[in-house]
Amino acid sequence: MNAKRKKIDYSKWGYIFILPFFLSFFIFSFIPMIDTVRYSFFEYYRSGLKEIGPNFVGMANYVKLLKSDMIKYGVNTLILWVIGFIPQIVIALMLAEWFVDARLKIHGTQFFKVVIYLPNLIMASAFAMLFFTMFSTNGPINAILMSLGWTKEPIDFLGSVWGTRSLVGFMNFLMWFGNTTIMLMAAIMGISPDIFEASELDGCNSFQRFFSITLPLIRPILAYTLITSVIGGLQMFDVPQILTNAQGTPNRTSMTLIMFLNSHLKSKNYGMAGALSVYLFIVSGILCFFVYRMTNNQDLDGSKAAAKKAKKEKRG
Amino acid sequence: MKKRVVSILLTAAMAAGCLAGCGGSRGSGGNGGEGKVINIYCWNNEFKERVEAVYPEVAETSKDGTITKLKDGTEIHWIVNPNQDGVYQQKLDEALLNQADVSADGKVDIFLSETDYVNKYTDIDANVAMPLTDLGIDPATDLADQYEFTKVTASDVNGVQRGSTWQCCPGLLVYRRDIARDVFGTDDPQAVGEKVKDWETMEATARELAAKGYYTFASYADTFRLYGNSITEPWVKQGDIVVRVDQKIMDWVNDSKEWLDAGYLDKTVKGQWNADWNQAMGSSSKVFAFLFPAWGIDFTLKPNWDGENGAWAVTNPPQEYNWGGSYIHACTGTDNPEHVKDIILALTANKENLLKISSDFSDFTNTQSSMRQAAEDDANFASEFLGGQNAFAYFSPVAENIVMAPLSAYDQGCVELIQNSFSDYLQGQVDYDRAKSNFETAIMERYPEIKQVQWPD
Amino acid sequence: MKSKGPNVFRSVFAHVTLIILSFMCLFFFYILFVNASRSHADLQKGFSALPGAFLWKNLSNVANDGSFPMFRGILNSLIVSGSSAAICTYFSALTAYGLYAYNFKLKKVAFTFIMAILVMPTQVTAMGFLRLITNMGMYDSLLPLIIPSIASPSVFYFMYSYLESSLPMSLVEAARIDGSGEFRTFNSIILPITKPAIAVQAIFTFVGSWNNYFVPALVIQSKTRMTVPILIATLRGADYMNFDMGKIYTMILVAIVPIILVYLLLSKYIIAGVTLGGVKE
Repeated sequence: MNAKRKKIDYSKWGYIFILPFFLSFFIFSFIPMIDTVRYSFFEYYRSGLKEIGPNFVGMANYVKLLKSDMIKYGVNTLILWVIGFIPQIVIALMLAEWFVDARLKIHGTQFFKVVIYLPNLIMASAFAMLFFTMFSTNGPINAILMSLGWTKEPIDFLGSVWGTRSLVGFMNFLMWFGNTTIMLMAAIMGISPDIFEASELDGCNSFQRFFSITLPLIRPILAYTLITSVIGGLQMFDVPQILTNAQGTPNRTSMTLIMFLNSHLKSKNYGMAGALSVYLFIVSGILCFFVYRMTNNQDLDGSKAAAKKAKKEKRG
Repeated sequence: MKKRVVSILLTAAMAAGCLAGCGGSRGSGGNGGEGKVINIYCWNNEFKERVEAVYPEVAETSKDGTITKLKDGTEIHWIVNPNQDGVYQQKLDEALLNQADVSADGKVDIFLSETDYVNKYTDIDANVAMPLTDLGIDPATDLADQYEFTKVTASDVNGVQRGSTWQCCPGLLVYRRDIARDVFGTDDPQAVGEKVKDWETMEATARELAAKGYYTFASYADTFRLYGNSITEPWVKQGDIVVRVDQKIMDWVNDSKEWLDAGYLDKTVKGQWNADWNQAMGSSSKVFAFLFPAWGIDFTLKPNWDGENGAWAVTNPPQEYNWGGSYIHACTGTDNPEHVKDIILALTANKENLLKISSDFSDFTNTQSSMRQAAEDDANFASEFLGGQNAFAYFSPVAENIVMAPLSAYDQGCVELIQNSFSDYLQGQVDYDRAKSNFETAIMERYPEIKQVQWPD
Repeated sequence: MKSKGPNVFRSVFAHVTLIILSFMCLFFFYILFVNASRSHADLQKGFSALPGAFLWKNLSNVANDGSFPMFRGILNSLIVSGSSAAICTYFSALTAYGLYAYNFKLKKVAFTFIMAILVMPTQVTAMGFLRLITNMGMYDSLLPLIIPSIASPSVFYFMYSYLESSLPMSLVEAARIDGSGEFRTFNSIILPITKPAIAVQAIFTFVGSWNNYFVPALVIQSKTRMTVPILIATLRGADYMNFDMGKIYTMILVAIVPIILVYLLLSKYIIAGVTLGGVKE
């Protein structure tokens, strides 16, 4: 009986079960990707009501993009991401450490967790729209600041480069710090309590404990957070798009790569949009390589083991 | 004998065929058998409200405002998309490209266009707007009373008129009476008109206003139309790939910079159509005047004003200008040509209807004789919002003196992007050359076929 | 023993920080609510910290505005997000199970491939996607917003990790001995086991799809099929006919209330879910 069962070949079921996924990917991602790459070598756009092209132009679109402000938009994207990510990771680490530290006796933990996660649920477009009106020159924020006497003249948040960038960063921070906190909390909870006890016996204070024990042990999850956030950052679109009315004002300093792509898509410029997509694809490919490295290195397995332990404890 | 039978049969068959054919053609083109749905593409409720007010065939409009039923059972479907960011045109273009493939009831029957881009749609090669003569409208007789410049605007390169408008948009200067009294000691429109009669006098007046802590206008964008209307060459010549920026546009940039630095304009108001600009029309604002055509007073100023009626008055602008104008086009391929013709005539050629639009909505409408009449008729055309002033007396002379700036299909993008690019310069974010190159980048992104931008020396 | 001093200090500091952060998170929602309850004329006069009495009026204005069909938009969003969440989690679980429970030649290749596309931005293929669905006759329909979610690498990865940690192969073997077919085993044994992971990912997919703006903005053309984020974005570019700021704030409020309600009801699961995700990585 046993022997007979082993002889049954179930491998075809494996193929059948993964078929829908690959079919869907092939149709909705792979074919479009090929199409995108193909048109990147053509001059192909719409002028008014007439279609121009497609005419084969070789690498012309790629060269043109390199000569354009694409690199600048890449840098913008990076800056906007950094402004949001640094406070996000710092605050999240701090909060996660506090939430798991029983000695601090934080009241209403559940309430705080619910609230800090809340902004993550709000669609970026509505959030950006809200910020746009609130931070306008004669808007509520300026009204509050002026009535408090903190500033005499209204502050032109959206009129200055760093005002706009900070607002975008601040919004990204608000939307993501709760999520990161909870992720990191899980990781910290996965660290064996024995290690903490030993450190306490050795007379570690909480700063030492945090920097020499917690931080190194949760490094894999920190790295994962970094990578997912980088990818999210690369795709940044909704917030600056709506906050600056698609212009990336002022002086195109808040124009991100995807906003740039979107403006080509809007003018139906298939050739240029295609070439830009290929560049973006290359960048995300490089990032993907890092992710692949991280999911396959030893550190991660260590964290997995720790995490499993945490789960056992939570259940127990 | 046999032959004769055959020929009789043939004749009968042909007659039957003809009958069937004629019946068929009536089915799609005749009065009784027109399509059941008239699709109208537009960007707000302006046109709908006017159709409801004066088109005699209207029975009722659904509660949500998307469908208007006519007495014969035909439904008008309103497809409204916002003008800003080119959304309206994108959606319209998509529909026009699919016009041939969709069912009769899905076809665009009427679409509207603005002066800024009317040229794109009246283009002879695109052929999306039907020549009015194909509908059975003769511009020379049916539309003889219209202002000539509106007819020219809606015509293609060969002078064939492909659209018609009910409104004509001469602009005026609308000012706050209380501020006028405070600064000039009088709020009389004639006296204030003297103070703003040309740019030179206007600047002296601005200095007076600034001394008392008032802004002359809200934003640098407010004066743009006056300059933009007096360009001598189109932004892009027919078939060309070069954008030519007129000297007048650069004058606007330089003058605006001067005015902004001198404190004649409110620095916190960046352009138009935003919350700050709206607020500048409220009672707490220090802005003396706006430059608006009739629709601006009705749709923009009035809803944003939170005080009593009679606080604002109109007078002549420092320079004659036209701002806006919505053109009605019959879309090629429409399955309702009779209805479309009827609507266009009722809304753009019927003197009584247009007078009614003028008195109901304070629009300055497109029949010369009736506008001259309205200018004299204080009893019926005095505006409640303007405290009983008859604005038509001021609009009428401006309308007769309007010289239409040469148009191109790229006007909207050029006007929008040049204001955006130089906004940064005017706010001190970038220098002059950077603003220029930002405009070049933006315009080529918007219109890939544009290869060069030529600046005046 | 250690002195209590530093801990008390740290505890106070932690509480203060948390309260400030919570205030920031809630403040914007409060302002939104206040503004939504005031008329345009009130808003023109300036900012107020207290709500007005205009909420109902604004709500009825929103409900009756045909050019911004907000309630229709919410319905569309519900359809798209609900269906996406359902098919995305089902097929991701199916794929994960396929790769986890069976041995076949291309298993490793398939797994690596999915991990490789994990980071591919949707926007990169947007243009080809748009042309494809136009050719397939799915332009301006809700289907292209739903069907592609069958292939969601991140959801797959989550499911896979979950199966790894909680599905013993012996269970599958036992089912086979009982004569259960492979599909039946999946539907009646595996799915119930993965329920916690499915619930969590269903919520995330739902929220993600509810908030998606980029793809719907490309695909959707007619007013009646617009989802909530596109309607919000159209508001931003509103014409001079739509200057009623009270109405605009109310629309945003209407757009986010459903998602907040769902969240408050399910917050326990969501937070547990993020943790679950954290554990997996």
